[in-house]
Order: sequence, then structure tokens, then C-alpha cells
Amino acid sequence: MMNPRALVLERATRPLYWVILTAAIWILLRGHNEPGGGFIGGLVALAATAAYAIVFGVAAARRLLPCAPLPLAVLGVLLALASGLPAVALGRPYLTHLWFALPLGFAEPKLSTVLLFDAGVFGAVWGALAGYVLVLLRDAESAPVEETS
Amino acid sequence: MLALCPLLTPLVTALLTALLYRRENARRTVSLVGALLFLLGAVALVVEVDRVDRIAVALGGWPLPYAIEFAADRLSALMVLITAVLGVAVLLYQAGAADPAPETPILHPLIHGLLAAVGAAFVTADLFNLYVWFELMLIAALGLLAHGGEPRQLDAAFKYLALNLVGTLLFLAAVGLIYGATGQLNFSALTQAAQRPELAAALPVYVALLALAFLLKAGAFPLFAWLPASYHTLPAPVLALMGGLLTKVGIYALLRVLGQVFGASPPLFYESLGWIALLTMVTGVLGAAYHWDLRRILAFHIVSQIGYLLLGVALASPAGTAGTLFFTLHNILAKANLFLIAGLIQVLAGHYDLRRIGGLYRARPGLAVLFLIAAFSLVGAPPSSGFWGKLLLVRETFAQERYVWGGVALAVSLLTLYSMAKIWLEAFWKPHPENRDLAPVAGLAPAWLAVLLLAFLTLAMGLMPEPLVRYVESAAAALERTAP
Repeated sequence: MMNPRALVLERATRPLYWVILTAAIWILLRGHNEPGGGFIGGLVALAATAAYAIVFGVAAARRLLPCAPLPLAVLGVLLALASGLPAVALGRPYLTHLWFALPLGFAEPKLSTVLLFDAGVFGAVWGALAGYVLVLLRDAESAPVEETS
Repeated sequence: MLALCPLLTPLVTALLTALLYRRENARRTVSLVGALLFLLGAVALVVEVDRVDRIAVALGGWPLPYAIEFAADRLSALMVLITAVLGVAVLLYQAGAADPAPETPILHPLIHGLLAAVGAAFVTADLFNLYVWFELMLIAALGLLAHGGEPRQLDAAFKYLALNLVGTLLFLAAVGLIYGATGQLNFSALTQAAQRPELAAALPVYVALLALAFLLKAGAFPLFAWLPASYHTLPAPVLALMGGLLTKVGIYALLRVLGQVFGASPPLFYESLGWIALLTMVTGVLGAAYHWDLRRILAFHIVSQIGYLLLGVALASPAGTAGTLFFTLHNILAKANLFLIAGLIQVLAGHYDLRRIGGLYRARPGLAVLFLIAAFSLVGAPPSSGFWGKLLLVRETFAQERYVWGGVALAVSLLTLYSMAKIWLEAFWKPHPENRDLAPVAGLAPAWLAVLLLAFLTLAMGLMPEPLVRYVESAAAALERTAP
């Protein structure tokens, strides 16, 4: 913990983490037709992880990630690569993206392989950059803190 | 989809080996299996392309020329095949105890990342995409250089980065200029756009800039400084992989871009390329003659051999292209095998420095034979694979009445023989300077297997060159046919 006495920060960060993460996923989904997408969503999710790590420490932030940073990034890239395969199974060129509507009764959300690709990018960005940020913050934690009066 | 195999197979393998960062044995297995699958795909590609001339896929189903296109013809397929063969041999060798690279979690992802970048560079049909693969190649190579973490390796990595970045920036600048002039990046579209008469003045300059970047990557005179400054710090298998492959990607790019995409350049261009080729040959072989460290000698020979490949490009004829292609395949095998053999020499005799070792002929006659196969091939003595490569090239220089070019190429062979004879006399023939008996080393079997595999392929190329010569000739003819 950088500063154990920042009570307001501590109180605010726990809910904020989930708010930011929800916003990140919202950005990921909205990026389908509007500004946003996997890359920006991943960066916003990283902001949540970084904030949590600054207040509660690197270990706590790492526990909240879906898995360790490196597998998260790798699985993201694999998901993005796999999103091109359904088209190949249908005899279309690799990475040709397919859309279909999901009839739920009350709404018909449009699903697509692009969404899988974007989710992969989301994971890749979140995982890769979280790997860097957590290591940097861990070094900052172990560095001697200068006392200011 | 087969056209994407050279990219996707190593890329997925790299990702899977990255996932297994805590399990060394599983990582090694997945890595080797991935390389074998890559080889299988490459063989299928060579066969398929021989049947249909060219297979292509435009990613995402977008219309050309906007889609990123991957396409393989005979030239691509052969280069992919040799990449895959080298990948298998190097990973096999890495499993042995002969100067292997440290088995850190990042090693296999880096090796397969390099294979993916090289493989993709051979099948891309888009100029900017080619740049991307060059960049990824640089990153993976940099990772492999710095991966050991010793100060001299970090020093080498920095030099490699600084000098190669110049090449990459030149490449990017040239791509930008060409795109600005033609509005195209796809190879076929560029071929058409290059015919526009208003571009006749500017385009050759941009293409020359592009060629300069490729020459730097290939290690041509006088832009090869990065190569002898960095390669000798690498462990044997990584050295074989990088020393065997990376410079040849520059040659491939020259063949593709000059021989096909932009068609014939002004004669002055080929004239200067020819003289650059001769200077590259001579400086490389003289640099090698000066050194005593096996790895440094062989690294300088990479430069020297690049001269031969450039000579074929400078001849600017289907026969020259065929010669370059044959020579490239032979050279990758022979050169990589010499690096692998150097690793075995080091682990058996105790050092890479020729002055401090000896007595290997008596202790390991088998290794001596394997060395001679690769060394004679590099020199170009008949009936080795190098002989046919040089024959194709030199015959074409004489046919074009470039007697000086052909003469220098032959003279450099003699100097190459000098270097190989030096290694032979010092490492194999003279007794060990410390007069010690060379003790057997355990765990070398995979390394021997890798060396045997490459030696077998070199021998096969030398004794049965006809099928390959026919294949490279039809590859060169296909380039000629599709060029403007």
C-alpha cells in the first residue's frame, strides 16, 4: 500500500473498480457501431486495475484479474485469431466476419464474430499492459518512501 | 487457408508455448510439435503451388486491392519450406546439450514468433504488410539477442537494434513514398500502377530507397556492420536460426519487389547492385580470414555468401533469379549446419576459439565428415549443393559477358576454401593444445540428429539437384511472367 491512511480513497476505490470495469465492457460492446472497441475498453479496464493496485497493493489487484496477466493477454490473442475460423468453416476467406441476430423475445441483440475479435483485443490489451503496470507498481512499493513533513 | 499456414502455425505455437510458461517439458514438446506441423504445412504448400501456380487469400473477404492479401507462389513456397526445415532442426538441436540457449519461458515464444514473422514475410502480397513482418522479425530477433542477459549480449542487441532501425525507417519511408505516388500497397495493384507514365521519373528513386533498406537487412556491403557486431554472442541453435534465415529475407524481398512487383529498374541500378555484390563477397570473406573465433568466422561468411545471392539479383534474368533461389536454399542449409557443428565443436573440444582447441579428427571422425560435407558445400566443390548454386550463377554471368563478376565469384570461392581449411586444420587436424583427451559428453543425441538431418539434405541437394533446379527455374519463370 502506497499510503495506508487515505481512507476516502480506499472507500471510493472498491466500488469505483467495478464501475470502471463495467464502463470498459460497455465501451467494448458499443464499439461495434460507435467509437469505442476492444482496444479502448482494454485500456479503461487497465485503469481500474491500476487504481486498485495503487490503493490496495499489487497482490490484491492481481487477485481480481480473471487470470494472471500473461495468460489473459495470450488467451485474448488466441480468441482474436479463432474469431476468423468460423468463416473458413463456411468456405469464406479467413477473418471474414459473420453476423446473426439472437432472438430473445424482448430484444434481438446482434451478435457477430467481430465481437469475439474485439473481446480478444480487450483481453490482450488488458493482460499485456496489466503485466507491465503491476510490475512497475510492485517496484514502486518496494522502493523506500521519502518522508515529507 | 494453406497460404496462411506459414503465419498461423508458428504464431499459434508461440502463443501456446507462452501459456505454458511454468511447464518446461510441455513447452518443449508443444514447440517441437508446432514446428513439425509447420513443416507439414510447408510441404503441402510446395506441392499445391506446383499444381496451381499461385494460391491466394484476401483476408476478411474484402475486395482487392483493399484487402490484405496473402499469396504463395513457388518462390514463397520454397522459402517457407526451408524456414520450416530450419525451425525443426534448430528446435531439435536445442533439446540437446550442445551450447543450447537457456530454457527461459520466453525462448520458445520468441523462436516461433521469429518463424511466424519470417514465414508471413514470404507469403504476404502487400507492401505495408511486408514492413510489418520485417518489424516483427526485428523484435523477435532482438528478444533472442538479449535473451541470455549477459552484458556482451545486451551490447550486441543494442547495436543490432540501432543499425536495423535505420533500415526499418528507410523501408517505412519508401513504403510511404510509393503509396503516395501510386495509391496502392497490394503487389498486383502496384505492378499495374507502376506502368503509369507520369511515375516513370520518381518511382525508380523510391524503389531504390526500398532496395537500400532490403540491402541493409540482407547485410550487403557497406551496410553489414550490424551482423558481425552481434551474431557471435548468440548460443549455437539461435545463431543457426538467425544467421541462416534473417539475411535471406532481405534477398527474398529484393527478388520479389525488383523481379516482379516493379519490374525492371534502370540498368544503372543493376550495374551498381552487381558491384555491391562483389564488394560484399570480398569484404565478407576477408573479414572471416582475420578471425579465430568460429562464430565470428562463420558470421563473416554469411556476408560473403550474401554477395553471391545479390549477384544473381543483379543479373536480372530468369536464370540469375533461379541461381539466387537455388543458392539461397543451399546456403541456408549449409550455413545453419556449420553453426550447429560449431556448437558441437565447442561442447566437445571446449571452446569456440580455434587457437585453443584441436584433435577432433581423431576423437570424433564422424563430426569431421559432417563438417566436410557442410564446408565443401559452402566452398562450392563438386558435387556439393554449393557447386550447383555457383554453377547456375557463374554460368549466367558468363552468358551475359560479365566476366569480371564471374571471375571474382570464383576467386572468392578459393578464399572461402582458405577459411574452411583453417577451421579444418585448427579444430580437427592439429592435436589439442592442452593435450587432453576429449571426454564424451552426455545428452548430445538430439543435436547430432539435427546436424545429420541438415547434412543429409545438403547431400541430397548436391547429388540430385535436377528436381530442385527444375522447381527454381519454374519459380523464376513465374516471376518473369507476372512482372510488367
